[in-house]
Amino acid sequence: MSIEKKEFKPLIVAFCCNWCSYAGADLAGTSRLAYPAEIKIIRVPCSCRVNPMFVLRAFQRGADGVIIAGCHPGDCHYTSGNYFARRRMTMLFSMLDFFGIERERTRVDWVSAAEGVKFSTVMNDFSKKIHELGENRRLGDLRCKQTIDR
Amino acid sequence: MQTNNRPVKEIAQEIFAENQAERILGWKRGEFFYDNSPAVFSAADELQEFVYDAFCGSNLSKFLVKEAAKEGRIAVLLKPCDRYSFNQLVKEHRIDKENVLPIEIDCDGMVDIDKVRALGIKGIKSISADGDQLTIETVYGQKNCSKEDVLLLKCQTCKDRTGGDRFALVREIEEMSSVERYEFWRSELSKCIRCNACRNVCPACTCEKCVFDNDKSGIANKANSDSFEESLYHMIRAFHVAGRCTDCGECSRVCPQGIPLHLINRKVIKDLNEFYGEYQAGADDSSVGPLTSYELDDVEPDIVMNRGGGR
Amino acid sequence: MQRIGVFVCWCGTNIAATVDIDTVVEAMKREPGVVHSSDYQYMCSEAGQSRIRNAIKEHNLTGIVVCACSPRMHETTFRKAAKAAGLNEFMVEIANIREHCAWIHKDRTEATEKAVVLARTAVAKLNLNKPLTPGTSDVVKRALVIGGGIAGIQSALDIAEAGYQVDIVEKEPTIGGKMAQLDKTFPTLDCAACILTPKMVEAAQHDNINLITYSEVDSVSGFVGNFTVKIRKKARSVKADICSGCGICTEKCPSKKAKSEFNMGLNNRSAIYIPFAQAIPNVPVIDRDQCIKFKTGKCGLCAKVCPADAIDFSQQDEIIEQKYGAVVLATGFKPIKLDNFDEYSYAASQDVITSLELERIMNAAGPTGGKLLRPSDKKHPHTMVFVQCVGSRDTTGCGKTYCSKICCMYTAKHAMLIREKYPDIDVHVFYIDVRTPGKNFDEFYRRAAEDYGVNYIKGMVGKVAPTNGKLMVQGSDLIADRQVIIEADMVVLATAIEPDQTAKSLATMLTASIDTNNFFTEAHPKLRPVESPTAGVFLSGVCQGPKDIPETVAQASAAAVKVVGLLSKDKLVSNPCVAGSNELLCNGCSNCQHVCPYGAIDYVEKEFRINGKIKIRRVAQVNEAVCQGCGACTVVCPSGAMDLKGFTNQQIMAEVDAICR
Repeated sequence: MSIEKKEFKPLIVAFCCNWCSYAGADLAGTSRLAYPAEIKIIRVPCSCRVNPMFVLRAFQRGADGVIIAGCHPGDCHYTSGNYFARRRMTMLFSMLDFFGIERERTRVDWVSAAEGVKFSTVMNDFSKKIHELGENRRLGDLRCKQTIDR
Repeated sequence: MQTNNRPVKEIAQEIFAENQAERILGWKRGEFFYDNSPAVFSAADELQEFVYDAFCGSNLSKFLVKEAAKEGRIAVLLKPCDRYSFNQLVKEHRIDKENVLPIEIDCDGMVDIDKVRALGIKGIKSISADGDQLTIETVYGQKNCSKEDVLLLKCQTCKDRTGGDRFALVREIEEMSSVERYEFWRSELSKCIRCNACRNVCPACTCEKCVFDNDKSGIANKANSDSFEESLYHMIRAFHVAGRCTDCGECSRVCPQGIPLHLINRKVIKDLNEFYGEYQAGADDSSVGPLTSYELDDVEPDIVMNRGGGR
Repeated sequence: MQRIGVFVCWCGTNIAATVDIDTVVEAMKREPGVVHSSDYQYMCSEAGQSRIRNAIKEHNLTGIVVCACSPRMHETTFRKAAKAAGLNEFMVEIANIREHCAWIHKDRTEATEKAVVLARTAVAKLNLNKPLTPGTSDVVKRALVIGGGIAGIQSALDIAEAGYQVDIVEKEPTIGGKMAQLDKTFPTLDCAACILTPKMVEAAQHDNINLITYSEVDSVSGFVGNFTVKIRKKARSVKADICSGCGICTEKCPSKKAKSEFNMGLNNRSAIYIPFAQAIPNVPVIDRDQCIKFKTGKCGLCAKVCPADAIDFSQQDEIIEQKYGAVVLATGFKPIKLDNFDEYSYAASQDVITSLELERIMNAAGPTGGKLLRPSDKKHPHTMVFVQCVGSRDTTGCGKTYCSKICCMYTAKHAMLIREKYPDIDVHVFYIDVRTPGKNFDEFYRRAAEDYGVNYIKGMVGKVAPTNGKLMVQGSDLIADRQVIIEADMVVLATAIEPDQTAKSLATMLTASIDTNNFFTEAHPKLRPVESPTAGVFLSGVCQGPKDIPETVAQASAAAVKVVGLLSKDKLVSNPCVAGSNELLCNGCSNCQHVCPYGAIDYVEKEFRINGKIKIRRVAQVNEAVCQGCGACTVVCPSGAMDLKGFTNQQIMAEVDAICR
């Protein structure tokens, strides 16, 4: 499938924890609460499963934004996973910012299984930000993007 | 240089004389007077080559991962900054503490030969330190300079010696605009030749198999076109050692391209201190690091968004 | 190389209306590893599943991707179908093209493109899947109930009746809990002791129940089906096995200045004491802080008078270690401290009391023998004011934000009982709302207000001021829209309740989660209300949230059924998506151990043959029965030795790549 890339169509990777945020996304779906199709969800057991390497990988492969969604602090299915994720991602985001990568390209939000509305709002809001920022030129690996496209 | 008013070499000799250890990990003179390198001495007569002067910047701790696993107790000479690395490695069970005799030695700063040369001093034959002054013997006669001006980058803001603000440069970069920061690192990191020297010297990088050498890790592939892609290597490295980096500064010291790599680690340390409280990796050999612990009321990641600093 | 089959579901028109099914089916045929791609109207139906089963056999598939609804909906269905066709059930991946795609996107092109991406992402992951086999572990057929109140007693009785051994650990010297302190119970007004004490006796005499009183849980290790619990049996200083419970020691004890905990400090007890007459076990305990023998070394009168020679001053705390298959938390509640509520003058006046104190005063076995007397001067009161919601539904930060749930009803009970016994006493109740959602509850409240003439005033009390032996109660009457001042003889505060302080440390020991108010969190607020998110840990009574006795008993029995269901199994099948360490890569650094919430990681010294030499290395080992598969360890592992089955680093990165290409 070839897509004419005239207008900016961002690519956003969302890591969602299985217990809260993935279910929150399901609820957004059952409630027919729209958010842009450019957001693609990867299911992980817990936000603490998200290795900062995955975030970097996504950027390297051309993602324009990466968002990690997990259970609210205190509600982690595994009791402490999101607390670790919170520290790791804070550090990662700060480091990306230090390297001059636009800090709005990364985000962590806590979305419970009951917050379909919040899921959709957060995703819409994040996508809007990425649209404003435009393509992620600073960290994308151009080579990978061109050769694998088919 | 001396420790407790005794030349360090004497201390080394005493170790053999009193049978305190079977081997000593120290420094020996290299091809030139300024390229002293780590060495293991196994007998008193080998100590002829032993040296401890202003060119012993290298951190010996990492060598213990291999050396301490060998037969026979080994003594190691630890400058104050190396002690942190030693503790951190003991904490991570990388060094068999029982087989090591750690000897703490004093240090009043190590000299960067390139900085001496940069002063326009040529034909250097030898350098000796006399307090704050360096006496430089050259083929053109004796020269002098202030030691402070030619210290290794890591020694300039040594936390044990001067107490200078080691985060000053980090702060400068933080205050740049986002684009300026990007350009700064782009220009610095584009110099990277991916020689892996920073990783190889790093006392926090002692993995059985480094992820960058492991095809299965998914991050082993070397950069290909855009040189800034190298930054991922340095980002990943900084993240791997986050909370474990003792700020020994070896990465910058060995970088053949002169990239100030330690600034990345210092940025991490500065953030960890600000977000989760002061923490010095290797201050002890048992505490749990900031990225393997948490508090219920930790800052949210959007602090990065809401904090000051250039946009 | 995998042989993958892709099955795209229409879900009637749910998916097909916005996603062009053919495009997805065709696009998947071009994906690496895919040898079969087809669609069907309802993949989850028996006909759909049979298509999957047939295709697996026909095309000799090694794995399948089902593009359908959320995996939370039908992942299990499709795994079963795959298993029925001889495939490993973990060789199934779901692309969620309904909730995450068809239902939220209106534009058909956009939705179809996204469905293709989601499908190829699932294919990319599946290409790296490996068959996984769930592990099994044994179940210890014994349950531990922590807390010996009505919740714990009921859970224990039900588990014991089903034929399993139960231990009740109670931190007080007797079982019975808060219910034992109550006088009458709403809405039937039967006496608490009359219905509780027989249950206490039943628990004590049950062959399958073992009471461990005056004891606390010290540590917990292990996992569902196989917990190892250390219980600290505090030194009673009395040999429980030979004490006859005659009570002579408590009578003769010269130290009688300790406040009686059971009577809410309204009277004193001796240093050696039995909390109340019907205590079980009926064995006294020496309060070492009060005992003259322990304080000065002299006395020992109790030992002299004991006919059974049961006093043992040298007794030490004892640690009992026991294995359990399941744990029931029934740690109950306590009234909050009123330090933040100076306006009610609780500390300033003896005549301002809490509702639980009133229970003791009204109880025939209480400090006043059941006579309603003012604590300050032991005189008969003529006007009483009840204040509702003291610390409950509090948004000022001084109290609790939640409704304590039981106060409306017990206040109605108190008011009614007082009016019945002493018709001369005027009773006023200040309330925010009267909440009576329970069987016969509203009738009960109306009886208090209408038949017994209790004066209910909608409004809050601003201040209680002790003045000349009276209590000036200033409040507002919101209905009459005026300030009221009542000159009262006694004020009773319906104090909010909070979880017992032991809940927090137990939560840590059991890795059972608690909410911001320290109530234990249930696995699902609606569908799994008596289970903790931690497998094998169950919730009984107020430790999970405020509730009255009937609700507590109902939940206690529900928790017991869950325990019985667990203990009736011989083997437990565990989730195979657990962490595992590649020992050749492991540095032995302990980072993973620090972040594991379940203590599932141990380190061992192991011999390795490296380049012909034997080397001993410290490596991490995951206890697969304990690991719950969160993946926290994988991220802190510097060498990438630790990985999570079913969600490996490579799999997730393949997903990232598939999305970003």
